[in-house]
Amino acid sequence: MRILIALLAGGLFGSGLFISGMTDTTKVQGWLDVFGNWDPTLAFVMGGALIPMAIAWRFVPGRAPLVGGAFPQPPAPEVDRRLVVGSVLFGVGWGLAGLCPGPAIASLSYGGTSGLVFMAAMLVGMGAAPAIATRLDRLATAS
Amino acid sequence: MEQDWIWGLVGGLVIGLGGAVYLLGNGRIMGASGIIGGLVDGSGWSTWAERLAFLAGVLIMPIVLTPLYSVEITTHATSNLAVIVAAGLCVGIGTRIANGCTSGHGVCGISRLSLRGIVATVFYILAGGLTIVLFRHLLGVI
Repeated sequence: MRILIALLAGGLFGSGLFISGMTDTTKVQGWLDVFGNWDPTLAFVMGGALIPMAIAWRFVPGRAPLVGGAFPQPPAPEVDRRLVVGSVLFGVGWGLAGLCPGPAIASLSYGGTSGLVFMAAMLVGMGAAPAIATRLDRLATAS
Repeated sequence: MEQDWIWGLVGGLVIGLGGAVYLLGNGRIMGASGIIGGLVDGSGWSTWAERLAFLAGVLIMPIVLTPLYSVEITTHATSNLAVIVAAGLCVGIGTRIANGCTSGHGVCGISRLSLRGIVATVFYILAGGLTIVLFRHLLGVI
């Protein structure tokens, strides 16, 4: 059951990314390009996605997931160095290529060499991240 | 195109629906970088099957939908592989250090009014915007 729900959720996610045009890097970079030929599409995608999710969160308190278990705990409210440094780094990569992890997967079938190379580099980065995060923490305690 | 924003809104609703199904069904946050990253660094191996099933859905549906479009489907990604590699490394490292990307911090975090999600989104959008200014308008690389 978990597998089927995951497949369905992933299928919806992939369909949405495809339909919305978010696997087109010109639309993503166009949205970030405030001083150029600005493309508002991404704002509509984000706005659209927030509606079902905001409704879903309202069902969470006092209930359990369909397959059992428990809903994720509310996140710790603290904003730490990892969150800020990681997000800035992610933003730089997102701006450079116009791709983030979801669309990178969704566009693998038609993204050509660039798509495959991006995916490979992203996976290498993800593999290296835990060690880099530890160094980042050590840097924080040293200073 | 004129109707791009409508398809953006429709696609966005479908993305949010996927997140709602994953949350209410399996009790999980739909964050692409977390789902992939957990498989890469081993932290998510205990739930490998549902992670792979999710990713299979993401990969397969665009293949199913592509024939419905009369225009050629392409990412228009740069063919400058140095830029692509640098971007991929930044996205991979950054999303895992920050513990989330556009789907996890953006869609799932903001919709529950999580401070971390909102702060992360502000920072990656600002960084992305500045990257465009620097590398497109000043350096002309992308």
